[in-house]
Amino acid sequence: MIVLRLALASLANRRVTALLTVLAIAVSVALLLGVEKVRQGARASFADTISGTDLIVGARSGDVQLLLYAVFRIGNATANVTWKSYEEIAARPEVAWIVPLSLGDSHRGFRVLGTTDGYFEHYRYRHGQALAFAQGRPFADLFDAVLGADVASALGYRLGDPIVVAHGLGSAGLAQHDDKPFRVAGILAKTGTPVDRTVHVSLEAIEAIHVDWRTGARVPGVGASAEEVRRMDLTPRAVTSALVGLRSRLAAFKLQRFVNEYPGEALSAILPGAALQELWDLVGVAETALGAVSVMVVATALLGMATTILATLNERRREMAILRAVGARPTHVLGLLVAEAGLLALAGAALGVVLLYAALAALRPVIDARFGLYLAIDPPGADELARLAAVVAAGLLAGIMPAWRAYRLSLADGMTVRT
Amino acid sequence: MSLAVAAPDVPAVPAAAATAPAVAVAGVRFAWPGHAGFALEIERFEVAPGERLLLTGPSGSGKSTLLGLLCGIILPARGRVEVLGTDFATLSGAARDRFRAAHLGVIFQMFNLLPYLSVLDNVLLPLSFAPERRAEAGGAAAAAEARRLLARLGLEADGVARQHAARLSVGQQQRVAAARALIGAPAIVVADEPTSALDRGTQQAFLDLLFAEVARAGASLVMVSHDVTLGRRFDRVVGMDEVARVAPGGPAP
Repeated sequence: MIVLRLALASLANRRVTALLTVLAIAVSVALLLGVEKVRQGARASFADTISGTDLIVGARSGDVQLLLYAVFRIGNATANVTWKSYEEIAARPEVAWIVPLSLGDSHRGFRVLGTTDGYFEHYRYRHGQALAFAQGRPFADLFDAVLGADVASALGYRLGDPIVVAHGLGSAGLAQHDDKPFRVAGILAKTGTPVDRTVHVSLEAIEAIHVDWRTGARVPGVGASAEEVRRMDLTPRAVTSALVGLRSRLAAFKLQRFVNEYPGEALSAILPGAALQELWDLVGVAETALGAVSVMVVATALLGMATTILATLNERRREMAILRAVGARPTHVLGLLVAEAGLLALAGAALGVVLLYAALAALRPVIDARFGLYLAIDPPGADELARLAAVVAAGLLAGIMPAWRAYRLSLADGMTVRT
Repeated sequence: MSLAVAAPDVPAVPAAAATAPAVAVAGVRFAWPGHAGFALEIERFEVAPGERLLLTGPSGSGKSTLLGLLCGIILPARGRVEVLGTDFATLSGAARDRFRAAHLGVIFQMFNLLPYLSVLDNVLLPLSFAPERRAEAGGAAAAAEARRLLARLGLEADGVARQHAARLSVGQQQRVAAARALIGAPAIVVADEPTSALDRGTQQAFLDLLFAEVARAGASLVMVSHDVTLGRRFDRVVGMDEVARVAPGGPAP
């Protein structure tokens, strides 16, 4: 007890150095926990993006690629699924519902998704939550658009506003489908998923804006007005992919085999959970590297602490001699230095948690808005507490080096500082 | 901050110690490891109970080394150091530390105090390592005893006890060190040139107070000083050259 009290008083006496040391540890701890928080947040965000979908069907490609472009709007499809194939799959007895997805166009940097009303009915995210309309309603007219929450807030759209879809993906230099503008008919409530950053239009509308386009460019001299296309057959020729809900999950593998062996064209059906796991396996190396870097940052901060304590030892030899003179044992001297290191690490870990939560509170809306990454602010879990305990334990270990030196010095010095 | 009792099992002082010398050193040789040019040899050196002894000698004559031997912080390569009838060689390192905490008060030349503790906590510090000395100082009332000692040493101003030690003048710090050495009435007070950093006036006042308190406690006082003019105030003045010989270092012959 006396050692702990002496350590506290000693640190208070060197408060500026101690505070800087604590701050360095705190920043490293915040980074360590923050990286883990972001990792968990990213995984949760990805996992929460799709729920209740049993299979995703698309042109044959890698499972992860299909998952990324169909659900997360990342990357592009290598090929499409013909409407005939889509209908054949939709007609299978195992299928309870199927929602087509047609990607390839954009609006001011946001992806445009052609789909059906079934999307708003069947798409589920975060533990089975259905999409909800903050304003408006699903498609009632051919050129109705339903905006994700972030699209509406970022671009300041309100119901009834006109929007023009661009051909292709990107934010500049794209040909515009400006002859067939859309009207904002609905705005979805925030979901924290890529849905928020998507402009939804009907599948027929996608067909409609492309009737006078071939291979990515408008066909010269073949213009069809918005009114004219309304009278056309707008059955799509192909879709990019489809989300499938099954009557029984037991049928998932059966339908998957049917799709994967589909004779008409090269298709692929994936289980979202399995593809997500494959994705985690892929990014696992990067996660490990990032985790290792954050651990190294903590190690550097703790080594800095040990160096600071070590650097002050010479000027503290008198203090050790006084302690020895009044009856302190060399082990008390050792304990004093280890306790100081432990207290610095403990304070650093505690302040690190405070810094992390303050940063989360301040930056969460920005991170959510910019990256679609929802970071939960919940009390530290068992894993985080274990990490904090490990930091404090490592701090105690780091303190042993200067403490041992002080121990040796106190043995050599006795009551007289010997140089 | 109040400092709590921590150390148990202090080696008991033998009953015969009441009549024995407070300090008895015989046939001692000590060399600092790694210091080849220095070894201290003491044939015989004794201090009587309650005696006030002044040790004089030039720098390098081994005064501080002798004090280290008397406090049990260092052990001789050969010979015997007995304090209050206890041979330090028979005690473990931990027992020697507890013995020192219980029975010896130490005053250094300067920088006597832990700068990060208050004056009061500095005075109470030895009691944290010596329960029976805490009991001697009044147990839970040790703080009151410390204040009484501080007051007797001229540090009665109410704010002083709570001040950080580093804020005091050198003279005040030496008086606090004296209070720390005297609290709990240790049998022996060891002072290593405690007045050398003080001006003449402060020196006299400090010694007056130190002598009065040592006499009140009935303790022996072993003080080292360059200043032979202080000798008239002591029961005995001994030159280091009379008790010890500085020989070349290395293993004992």
